[in-house]
Amino acid sequence: MTRFVAGRIGFYTLVALLLAFFTIPLLWLASAPFTSNPTYEVRLPDFTWENFQIILEHPYALGSLVNSLILAIGTAVLVVVMSALAAYALSRVRLPGRDALLYALLLLSSIITGTAAMVPLFQLAIELGLIDSHTGLILIMTGGLLPAAIFMIKDFMDTTPKSYEESARVFGASPLQIVRHVVVPVVRPGLATIAVWTIANVWGNFLMPYLLLSDVEKQPAAVIMYTLYTEGGQANLKVLSTFGLLYSVPVVLMYLFVSKKYGFRFHGGIKR
Amino acid sequence: MARTTSPPDPKVLDATPARGYSSDAAGLGRLRAGAFVAPALALIAVFLVFPALWVIYLGLMNYRLTGIAAAEPQFVGLDNYLKALTDPGFWNSTVLTFQFVLGSAVIGQVVLGFTLAWLMRNRRGALKSVVEGVVILAWILPSAVVAFLWVALLDRDSGTLNAMLGIPGFAWLLDHPMLSIILFNTWRGTAFSMMLYGAALGNVPPSHLESARLAGASGWQQLRDVVFPHIRGHILTNLLLISLWTFNDFGPFLLTAGGPENKTEILAVYVYKTALQSGDLGYGAAISTIILLINLVVAIFYLRLLRRRR
Amino acid sequence: MVRKRSIGVVAVLTASALGLAACGQSSGDGGEGGAIELTITQNAIAGGKNAAAADHIANWVIPKFQEAQKAKGKNVTVKFIPSGVDDEQYKTKLSLDLKSGKGADVIDIDGIWAGEFAEAGYIKPLAEVAGPEADSWEGWQQIPEAVQGLATFNGKKYALPIGTDGRVLYFNKTLFEKAGLPADWQPTSWQEILDAGAKLKSSGVPVPIQINAGTAMGEATTMQGVLPLLAGAGGEVQQDDKWTGASQPLKDTLGLYQKVYGGGLGDPRLQQEAKGRDKSFQQFAEGKVGILLEGDYFWRGVVNPKTGVAPMADRDQVVGYAKIPAIEPGKGIRGQDFVSMSGGALRTLNPSSKHPKEAFELMAFTLSPEALKEETKDGNVRITPRSDVNKEILAGEPLLTFISEQVLPLTAYRPPVAVYPQVSVALQEATAAVAGGTAADQAAAEYQKKLEGIVGGANNVAS
Repeated sequence: MTRFVAGRIGFYTLVALLLAFFTIPLLWLASAPFTSNPTYEVRLPDFTWENFQIILEHPYALGSLVNSLILAIGTAVLVVVMSALAAYALSRVRLPGRDALLYALLLLSSIITGTAAMVPLFQLAIELGLIDSHTGLILIMTGGLLPAAIFMIKDFMDTTPKSYEESARVFGASPLQIVRHVVVPVVRPGLATIAVWTIANVWGNFLMPYLLLSDVEKQPAAVIMYTLYTEGGQANLKVLSTFGLLYSVPVVLMYLFVSKKYGFRFHGGIKR
Repeated sequence: MARTTSPPDPKVLDATPARGYSSDAAGLGRLRAGAFVAPALALIAVFLVFPALWVIYLGLMNYRLTGIAAAEPQFVGLDNYLKALTDPGFWNSTVLTFQFVLGSAVIGQVVLGFTLAWLMRNRRGALKSVVEGVVILAWILPSAVVAFLWVALLDRDSGTLNAMLGIPGFAWLLDHPMLSIILFNTWRGTAFSMMLYGAALGNVPPSHLESARLAGASGWQQLRDVVFPHIRGHILTNLLLISLWTFNDFGPFLLTAGGPENKTEILAVYVYKTALQSGDLGYGAAISTIILLINLVVAIFYLRLLRRRR
Repeated sequence: MVRKRSIGVVAVLTASALGLAACGQSSGDGGEGGAIELTITQNAIAGGKNAAAADHIANWVIPKFQEAQKAKGKNVTVKFIPSGVDDEQYKTKLSLDLKSGKGADVIDIDGIWAGEFAEAGYIKPLAEVAGPEADSWEGWQQIPEAVQGLATFNGKKYALPIGTDGRVLYFNKTLFEKAGLPADWQPTSWQEILDAGAKLKSSGVPVPIQINAGTAMGEATTMQGVLPLLAGAGGEVQQDDKWTGASQPLKDTLGLYQKVYGGGLGDPRLQQEAKGRDKSFQQFAEGKVGILLEGDYFWRGVVNPKTGVAPMADRDQVVGYAKIPAIEPGKGIRGQDFVSMSGGALRTLNPSSKHPKEAFELMAFTLSPEALKEETKDGNVRITPRSDVNKEILAGEPLLTFISEQVLPLTAYRPPVAVYPQVSVALQEATAAVAGGTAADQAAAEYQKKLEGIVGGANNVAS
């Protein structure tokens, strides 16, 4: 009994500490946008809406959020669909050199997301006529994220039982139908994780959108965020904090949507 | 590149209870399997492999963003690599990167992520939602915003942390720069590990845990004997991905700009400074290739490690 | 009122267009009937960085220019492509665009990029792109020789200068009064700066002197620290095609850093912080900093009571300014008593422009007296390249007049070559070492070693 109580106390202390660790840095985002003259100090705000007013009147702020949505959702859909198909096939059929190939691609993907790749990616986009287009950017970002996504989903595919697929096959389902109606429901949490991971990656990406899109009307919020500085590079905390908050909200909403709809937990479904 | 990867034992990844079923359960066959893989591979070939090889090639040139070397880049062979190996700044960055990866990825994110997933595994309701919510919030917030949050947290004059601890003037970012960016990156990235382990733990058949509990196994024993074997593949994936990403993570730059005195100039920051700020693209590409080789070694190390433990 | 001005503009434009028309029909599908599309880009964006400049282009330049072209029977539409990011990122994007034959027709660049862009073939002499009328542009007569130098590379003009600036020592008169220092302070040697710092210190000023140091402040350390001091010690970073290594002027410069940061006259920690420069501004505005070396941007954009990031309501009464002295009178570069450093932006033509002549007209139009006056009204005053305009618009601006008349004749410029950014970082690292306690001579020696690696061997370095 005492052991149980001690365990409870230990559990809640640990959870409280972890909660504090993750919550305290967020306080600034909760206070600064509502403060008239925000500094780096976290203060009780005076609850002004003035900063939001400035953002609403900003010529590109809201449009950039729409662009971010287009890029994030477009990339997430492509990554999820392509990686699911590829991972399923790679998981079920032993293609020669499969694992070595996956590792090699994964390693190469780290080069592509780095700064050094900007010249090749830029010139590639030019050659393919993909400059200044959301589609081009989506394709490039998808290419960079796919290996890791396949890698992750394949793990989920590997651990799902194959008996359902066999039964479905007995009833005459085509492989594509099997993937859609049997496999996807089972690995849904994995797919949801990939989707959120992709969205988070795209949402924060600044350099590639900036370099590949020249039309400001197409720029995502990450780029607009970087413009809220002065001539001498000083941060305009008034607008930065407020836009930062607005910029964060859609990702959080998308997360909530994906997690509610597709669930991150494995319990349920046919597994139980 | 593929040939230098020692082909990992497929059994490592396939170490699942599902073994024994015929593996191609849906009757794909090689041809249709190829068709399933083709779109992804095509995209990867064009937008990943090709530019990545191009980067490796650039690493052999003295190519610059501007100036004469931009107009007429010369082939310089391994000069960039020699330059890196004789540059104390590069070695400094390499050592710092290992500290950063070990501290924030392996110890920080993996351990904390698993702890969180384990603590919350059987919970429902508000506590779980709140805990997972804030952890994931830290992960999905864009870096540009997060940098401001942490400056506000760690500022020596008006930072929240100093105010809470009652130590005004304590310069976290100057006196403990590596610790600061390790905590920062742990905070930032734990959610991914938490979600991955959460999903993986859900994969452990509850009946196995139940019988272990009935047999009197302690929490630790359950972890070691029942949970660990089930999630080994996930641990491997998690370690591989987290390490790889952390090696290439540029986030700390927004917090410390590599300072003070290059004490947080990890390799990704070094590449950024070289390629973007100094415009020395050939050298930057060479460093990127070196990072790739380091990652290759690390990946092989993980594969060996988890295979031996089996 | 508006109509009157626009008529004036049309008149000016028509006049300049007549001159241009004499040089023949422009290339491309311009002229009668056909629509000409021009684009212009700057590192400026409405609602963000350099918003006033972006608004000026979008709301004034473009409609007026289109109108004036229409009056000439040309159907020209101009589009502004805003940016608004770090200069290095902007530069990267421009380089990538220009390398691929893309990018806007009219492009703003930092003066320091001119040489490396020219060497890379990203920009070409104006006369080559737009024709001889570029060299006979009426504005050249109004632009001082030194400012023209910003746009000149290997004796050819690659761009039109769009402004310049200068660096001075700012000081807080209130703190000076308390320390028993004069309100019209003008040091004539480095020792007098240090003496003033010591007095400020004993009167309780937390940060007597702020001279940027370290890598965190980036180019601000080089431009508002090392280079003006180096010039004051009689040195230049590059002289006669040789880079200056561990020379006496550099040792003197680092020696001053040592006296400031080792002697308790400055805050060495502030130099290390990622947001150190912002903080130094904040501290100056709060009356905690005695002396600060900065450009005119500090006056216009930082302590500006209306639009500054660290506004000082009583700026005009409290903030004093003085020329930067040489180490001792007569010991500065060219034997000067006082020195400064200047930069400035340029407006240039994309060599791949389909309508270079119209693009040049647009460029020239943005630098017409009318456009500059319009751009600099309502508190946006800066030093324009044109003496005729400066005479009018700087009248009510004591600091800018001071810089324009007393500082610019003394000033010097950075070498516009591709390796400069790396040299600059090495200089920043040297100051960081000294601020952190390394001896000046040792830091200078380390700098020389790094320099040799950057510029391709000891042959290119003189010490």
